[in-house]
Amino acid sequence: MPKRQLITGNEAAAEGAIAGGCRYFFGYPITPQNKIPEYMSEHLPPIGGVYVQAESEVAAINMLYGAASTGAWAMTTSSSPGISLMQEGLSYMIGAELPCVLVDMVRGGPGLGNIAPAQSDYWLATRGAGHGDGRCLTFAPASVQEIYDLTGEAFPIAQKYRNPVMILADAVLAGMREPCVLRERRDPPEEKPPWAVGGDQTGRQRNIVNSLWTDPLVMEEVNLRIQRRYQQAAQNELRWTEHGAGKPEILVCAYGVSARICQTAIEHAAEAGVACRLIRPISLFPFPSQIIAHWAQKVKKVLVVELSLGQFIEDVRLAVEGVCPVEFFGRTGGMLVTPEEVAERIVAMA
Amino acid sequence: MRQEVFMAGMGGQGVLLAGQLLAQAALEAGLELSWFPLYSPEVRGGRATCTLVIADGEVGSPVVGRPQGMILMDGIAVANHLGRIHSNGLAVINTSLASGEVNRDDIKLVAIAGTDIAAQVGSERAANMALLGAYVQVSGVVELRVVEQALYRVLPKRHHDYIPTNIAALQRGAQLAEEQLR
Repeated sequence: MPKRQLITGNEAAAEGAIAGGCRYFFGYPITPQNKIPEYMSEHLPPIGGVYVQAESEVAAINMLYGAASTGAWAMTTSSSPGISLMQEGLSYMIGAELPCVLVDMVRGGPGLGNIAPAQSDYWLATRGAGHGDGRCLTFAPASVQEIYDLTGEAFPIAQKYRNPVMILADAVLAGMREPCVLRERRDPPEEKPPWAVGGDQTGRQRNIVNSLWTDPLVMEEVNLRIQRRYQQAAQNELRWTEHGAGKPEILVCAYGVSARICQTAIEHAAEAGVACRLIRPISLFPFPSQIIAHWAQKVKKVLVVELSLGQFIEDVRLAVEGVCPVEFFGRTGGMLVTPEEVAERIVAMA
Repeated sequence: MRQEVFMAGMGGQGVLLAGQLLAQAALEAGLELSWFPLYSPEVRGGRATCTLVIADGEVGSPVVGRPQGMILMDGIAVANHLGRIHSNGLAVINTSLASGEVNRDDIKLVAIAGTDIAAQVGSERAANMALLGAYVQVSGVVELRVVEQALYRVLPKRHHDYIPTNIAALQRGAQLAEEQLR
């Protein structure tokens, strides 16, 4: 059996990235994700990688733009206020069709907020990425192992769709320790992608990495190309898990740490005689609407649980399309919900 | 098997370390687990808590509303948290820094003068180990010797000099808990 190690979610994100081929890291410190840059600063240089502590998040995202332009497998990580600061650069990267990976260890907000766990960056992650029609492909892990796996897988996905990929987690998952099986580290491909810039002796046509397209017809064409990639991602990258047995009365939808809480909550509810189905989307954009729509037709009601005052619920409502009532349960500002509270709510709904 | 233990105290009392140690021991015993800390941003004197769920199958929620076990390092921790322990739960309280009088008669209470005991075996900073020893002994979640051995993996090498003191505190706590419940 492969060796299991007890590591934090932050360490899993960092080592997962390295194992997945990341060799360039640019970032600026912010709690609760400081262990990621700390780990990268220790582990990247010895394997020929580059770690830069930027002077700000704005600088970090623009360094990422530069590195990604050359075809480097690069990432940055931050927490909520820092991800806000990176929005302009993210939009530029989407416009320039550049791949990169970001991790947002979400903390309580808005504003400077606090360092406690929250899921109030759902809109920022799935709708954000600054101005324009672009979005981040977004994945939400729910365990240390999944943070490790998804952060590594995010690099080839970013390359495939030439788009930033966001790993959306939170302060619980960041600081949490769980057993994790680590793989061997994989090097990024030696061959640079055909669009990358950099010195070239072969006389090929020069590449230009740019997000400025003054001709609206050309800008529209770029947008349509980006959208086609999102449609491909919706074909290939949908991920979710399902929990619960029996014919369900209630469909519970939650992602990330909330889904872990709901996993135990639906067991409590089952003991109280209410069968539930729990759908945990792992891919948040693209969003697994079909599986939610499928189960929504078979239940009395849907309960959405999240650590915000209602962001993720909008995607669930769009999926449910009004076939049954969708109710909300959550806390915000760094407060957690407990499985007992969720179970009580489920039983009250049934 | 699923055991939940919530630990709370003042920053610097080793609440997080005690939790990490038990987590490492559970890993080495081949169990599944999830440990997470919540603490205030102060470097010293803030409040520190952690929750550890140990299971022989999937852990499920790392967050627990009414934990089956609690290790409470001071009076504030008792005042803030003891109310939500599960009925029939096991509470280990540091009576060096908290009253042993509690208003719950539906729980198993183990009163350990952890800070005093730790001072007797070498360092009052090992109070966390005295309470953890008591918890491990009574809960039986893992064997105490697995916890003792896990110290070598959890403590950085530069602190391995303190391991004998930590082991002595773990054992003394376990012994007192056993005597108390006999």
